[in-house]
Amino acid sequence: MLDLSKYQSIGEALKDSLEEFANEVCLIEADREREKERLTYRDFKERAQPLAKALQESGFSPGDRASIIMTNQSKWLITAYSIFFSGGVLVPLDYKLTPEEHWQLLKHSGASVLITEHPIWRQLCAAAGRAAAANVRTVLVTEAPANADLAGAKRWEEFRGEGEQVFKPRQRKDTACIVYSSGTGGRPKGCMMTHENYLEQCVALTSIYPFWPGVRYLSILPTNHAIDFMVGFFGPFTCGATVVHLRTLRPEYVREAFPKYKITYVSLVPLVLKNLQKGLQARFDALPAGKRRIFNALLGINKALTKGRPRPGISRRLLKQVHEAFGGELRTIIVGGAFTEPQTLQFFYDLGIPVANGYGLTEAGTAITVNDLKPFRADTVGKPLPGMEVRIVNPAPDGVGEVSVRSKTVMAGYLNDPELTGEAIVGGWLMTGDLGRFDEAGHLQLSGRKKNMIVTEEGKNIYPEDIEAAFESLPVKEFCVFAANYIWPKRSMVGEKLLLVLHLEQGQQFSDQLRADINARNNRLLNYKRFHGVILLDEDFPRTASLKIKRNVLAERLAILDNSTAILPL
Amino acid sequence: MRTLEQTTQEVISLAAQHFQLAAGTLAPEDDFFKKLGIDSLQTLEMLSHIENHFGIELPDYEVQGVSDFKTLAERIQSRL
Repeated sequence: MLDLSKYQSIGEALKDSLEEFANEVCLIEADREREKERLTYRDFKERAQPLAKALQESGFSPGDRASIIMTNQSKWLITAYSIFFSGGVLVPLDYKLTPEEHWQLLKHSGASVLITEHPIWRQLCAAAGRAAAANVRTVLVTEAPANADLAGAKRWEEFRGEGEQVFKPRQRKDTACIVYSSGTGGRPKGCMMTHENYLEQCVALTSIYPFWPGVRYLSILPTNHAIDFMVGFFGPFTCGATVVHLRTLRPEYVREAFPKYKITYVSLVPLVLKNLQKGLQARFDALPAGKRRIFNALLGINKALTKGRPRPGISRRLLKQVHEAFGGELRTIIVGGAFTEPQTLQFFYDLGIPVANGYGLTEAGTAITVNDLKPFRADTVGKPLPGMEVRIVNPAPDGVGEVSVRSKTVMAGYLNDPELTGEAIVGGWLMTGDLGRFDEAGHLQLSGRKKNMIVTEEGKNIYPEDIEAAFESLPVKEFCVFAANYIWPKRSMVGEKLLLVLHLEQGQQFSDQLRADINARNNRLLNYKRFHGVILLDEDFPRTASLKIKRNVLAERLAILDNSTAILPL
Repeated sequence: MRTLEQTTQEVISLAAQHFQLAAGTLAPEDDFFKKLGIDSLQTLEMLSHIENHFGIELPDYEVQGVSDFKTLAERIQSRL
């Protein structure tokens, strides 16, 4: 691994990686059963440098912002490197957002360049919002068919400059990326992540979960996500490891990829991990009685032998078939983006497949704590990573309070929003809004949220404010969206739901027509943003002098209601 | 060549078969996440089943953001 303490920027470190590991394979890209691309670090450099040159020739200067909206593929990483090489700031956006949301964030980020895939560009062109995002002056589109109407965009494959490229240095405190943690519907939260944030996080994470040449990481989480950016790009690249991209996430092709590419690490969201568990459990349950007894006996031996620490060699011999289905070389599944239930973690650990369960948020530079497997604990999110100071603010008698963090990995702030930054970072400490406590072994246990938001099993952060725009002009006196756990706090991170609170006009009934209108609007939201029920409140919402709803006060009023009867299903 | 209506009906039948429901309970405009009570992964599994039936490949980006049978059938129709 490169000694990252010597580097000032992501671009500088990546530039040296491409030299240091020139002959190693850095990227494999597969589409279903077909391998489309296999690049060494040298090939990667040869692809990236003409792009960097063309970017620079087009007037892209250090500090300028460029956004990537792409699925996981080689061109994502090649483009990102070209941006860093040119001293640019990367704005990675989630390709799963709607075109309207993309334009909104493109405008907010101030990106002058957009790099995207042709199908996404087609959808962006069909949506309103381009005119408002006039800051986007150059658009590069990958994989466009020969006769495609590019609507003013240029072909990524033909955007090439010739001659010597000039590396543009950046400093550790300069912004490297603007990562949106949420806020597409309301107030965008663009986390300004510095080069130092990434360099420090990479050192901390790889001290526990190392990469080296020969390690193969299966990149499934979108690379715009903080976890995949770190463990599916920057981390493996600075260690000479290989990243495997799949162009489809159909479960059958993901399953095939493990043995085919002998995967070492993979990152998953809890939803996918649970699905894997379900599939495996069904296969175990279907074993004939005799085989089942043998399997259970081997499982028991494995559990006893790995109680203190993982012993991959022994587990792979004892539970050979299970491990072969995962390629036989899987060391750890990294799970993140949302809370994972302990029984799922235990299930995989008992099979000899440790799950690196941790806790983090984009604002903190990915991970804050991670389970170091010494020994494995399914009931906690692990200990703070090296360099992380974590403290519990205002703890209750049981030790539970708000988790706060201070570290070199914490973001510089939210883009164009000093007010929100001031609320999030207090005296140098990032207030996470999550509740937790430390146990006697120094492990962090999470137990709920203080803030009005939910995280889905797919790892999506949903803030109620972001959904309210879909209900503008709803024919009621006023409305507000809440996370149910914010109104009725429960010590749990699972089963979180959103609720719509309505205050009807005087004499107005909750009619079938109104219900249908609400349902229609709800159905237009992405499935993970939909709410699960309605609460009727027959009183004015408390508001500030500037007429903003005082959500905390309103939540207190709602909390008096009996949640078993107050929530009307849709 | 199938009409869009035929494709839509076939998609509904396949989904009903995959999740063991009566096809008559599903309508073209239905949101399949809600109606079938499925998550994004189960949707991907259903898509594989549908692809095999029609003998086509639907790239993930084509079905991104699609949540009703009719729109799904339109995307399939364009590749038949």
